[in-house]
Amino acid sequence: MRVIRHLPLTTLTAAIAVAGQAQAQTEITVGTVNNNDMVIMQSLTEAFEQAHPDITLDWVVLEENVLRQRLTTDIATQGGQFDVMTIGTYEVPIWAERGWLTPLDELPAEYQVDDLLQTVRDGLSHEGTLHALPFYGESSMMYYRTDLFDEAGIEVPEQPSWEQVREWAGQLHDPDNEVAGICLRGKPGWGENMAFVSTLVNTFGGRWFDMDWNPELDSPEWQEAVGFYVDLLNDYGPPGASSNGFNENQALFSSGKCAIWVDATSAAGRIYNPAESQVADRLGFAQAPVAETPKGSHWLWSWALAIPASSEKQDAAREFITWATSREYIELVGETEGWTSVPPGTRESTYANENYQEAAPFADFALAAMQSADPTDSTLEPSPYVGVQFVGIPEFQSIGTQVGQMVAAALTGDMTVEQALQNAQRATERTMQRAGYLD
Amino acid sequence: MTTARTKQPGTQSAAVPLTTRPSLLASAGVRKLGLTVLGWSVACVIFFPIFWMVLTGFKTEAAAIADPSLIFSPTLESYQEVHDRTGYASFAINSVVVAFGSTLLALLIAIPSAYSMAFLPTRRTKGTLLWMLSTKMLPPVGVLMPIYLIFRDVGLLDTRTGLIIVYTLMNLPIVVWMLYTFFKDMPKDILEAGRMDGASTLQEVLFLLMPLTLPGIASTGLLSVILSWNEAFWSLNLTSSNAAPLTAYIASFSSPEGLFWAKLSAASTMAIAPILVLGWMTQKQMVRGLTFGAVK
Repeated sequence: MRVIRHLPLTTLTAAIAVAGQAQAQTEITVGTVNNNDMVIMQSLTEAFEQAHPDITLDWVVLEENVLRQRLTTDIATQGGQFDVMTIGTYEVPIWAERGWLTPLDELPAEYQVDDLLQTVRDGLSHEGTLHALPFYGESSMMYYRTDLFDEAGIEVPEQPSWEQVREWAGQLHDPDNEVAGICLRGKPGWGENMAFVSTLVNTFGGRWFDMDWNPELDSPEWQEAVGFYVDLLNDYGPPGASSNGFNENQALFSSGKCAIWVDATSAAGRIYNPAESQVADRLGFAQAPVAETPKGSHWLWSWALAIPASSEKQDAAREFITWATSREYIELVGETEGWTSVPPGTRESTYANENYQEAAPFADFALAAMQSADPTDSTLEPSPYVGVQFVGIPEFQSIGTQVGQMVAAALTGDMTVEQALQNAQRATERTMQRAGYLD
Repeated sequence: MTTARTKQPGTQSAAVPLTTRPSLLASAGVRKLGLTVLGWSVACVIFFPIFWMVLTGFKTEAAAIADPSLIFSPTLESYQEVHDRTGYASFAINSVVVAFGSTLLALLIAIPSAYSMAFLPTRRTKGTLLWMLSTKMLPPVGVLMPIYLIFRDVGLLDTRTGLIIVYTLMNLPIVVWMLYTFFKDMPKDILEAGRMDGASTLQEVLFLLMPLTLPGIASTGLLSVILSWNEAFWSLNLTSSNAAPLTAYIASFSSPEGLFWAKLSAASTMAIAPILVLGWMTQKQMVRGLTFGAVK
């Protein structure tokens, strides 16, 4: 009750204090996505403002899809509402090419730009120049329940194959005890089910487009990969798999309802944290499974901080993003929030840090996955695009989401895999024709 | 029995044999009970999501995603976290200013226009009314870019004035329509009598029309406040930090990663609380206004 009684008063005092401070200082507006790492960044605002008394931070925190739409509107119209934007490896090269982002060359020596993971740096560069600094990075890997695997006498190699995974999922599927053999993303969306399905297609030897930008969604590789995915989830997945995205699966896995889960490496910190997960002490890791080829079998994604060219507060914005992506920041988070909470996947020094290694036994797997994911060479046959789980062209958001809906329809049984992929192929062809890639 | 039937010809009760009267009463009772049960069930179904949201706000994140349960140990954890993370007050102030500001402005424009349409109709009045309503059929995203560019050029992005203008324009068709129907139901003779006594048009509106249709104007205003309070598309797209209202505040708690249901519920409860209280307080006015002129 004390909390309630003091709520209005403290809120008012805080508002007045903030309003009073805001005068005669450079105020920068940071648009960011609402996830754990970003919330920690927000909570460390004070530390930044103490070190930079002339800069104050204003936060606009939004859900990923809303944020993306909001930022795109602003940057495309040069609205100048944001001084720092949180964007991903998908947007950076596209926006940089249009001249919407400030190039980040000549970074100070103490920033140690060489310490950033090479693959992430490449993903955030356009024509060799960084246009955003990585806040955290992720790849994908396999999580499994060691207790169930031990009981069944299954040994997991460091690099499992999808065939093995199917076998294990079948062995461990136990609907009577509410344990699904495997949990995978099913919710439609280019950043949801298609992120996973794209890696599966890659490792089955398929690709989104051939070198002349002809879609290949009805190819045998796509048929095989999507057929495998649909059968696997229908046979051994949790009920209602087509509405499960990253969050839902994380909740399922951490409450002990999945034997295997293949998803983002960035989930490791949370499912290894006993406060958030009931399976923290029974957790095994392996590289993302492969089929025909290891190429593109695991994705690469990074949330990064960029400065729009339309911002009038370039210097202050640069001060902030170099602070928030620095080694010192990572150490600050490690000391204040615990080492499993540090933003992973950006700097080699994080993985060399003893404290981190001790706190996060999954670190090596995550680092290996991050280092081996190559967005410029992610398909067995050559492809004209950059990106592992996405295609780095502006049209991909709509293509990916459309195809995602069709794959989800195949998963729910509303149409066959063949029908779904034929529809997806036609829809993609139309979009590519309209966009001028095809005649 | 025949006498009973012919005693009061033409009335329904007379057509029913006297001996069946108790069963008629019973069936009326059953009907009333049925309606009451139906009314309550509909109310419960409508209220359930709000009830569940309030309940979830008092759960831990883990309990919020666990199997639905009414039994749990309540905690203020989520409220504490929501409060620590953002300044609720500035969002709430923006919501109040924008919702009431836009409603006042809309009423100021709509009362004279509805007056002229109701009492001085022309050939084109009906057409104008329909055209006004047709603007509501356009999906807002269709005009996002032009409005964004105009706002950028005149410096209205992320300002409360900008939002007030947009909300006023957004609600104006509905406000004019509602006021038009209320005004039309008002007997013209009263206004004429006023005019005979020498009242000017302004006096007519201020001292006759407005007091007599006050329930209608109040419920229109309340509807406009509620619509503005709940509007999320424009508030998310046209504001960033200075003018962001409570809808933007709620949006900041939905997350693509990690658990957030309890926090989102706590934030939503805090966001709807003021308007819910206002709704309760003015319930009588609202119902009176909405049924105003329905029975003559």
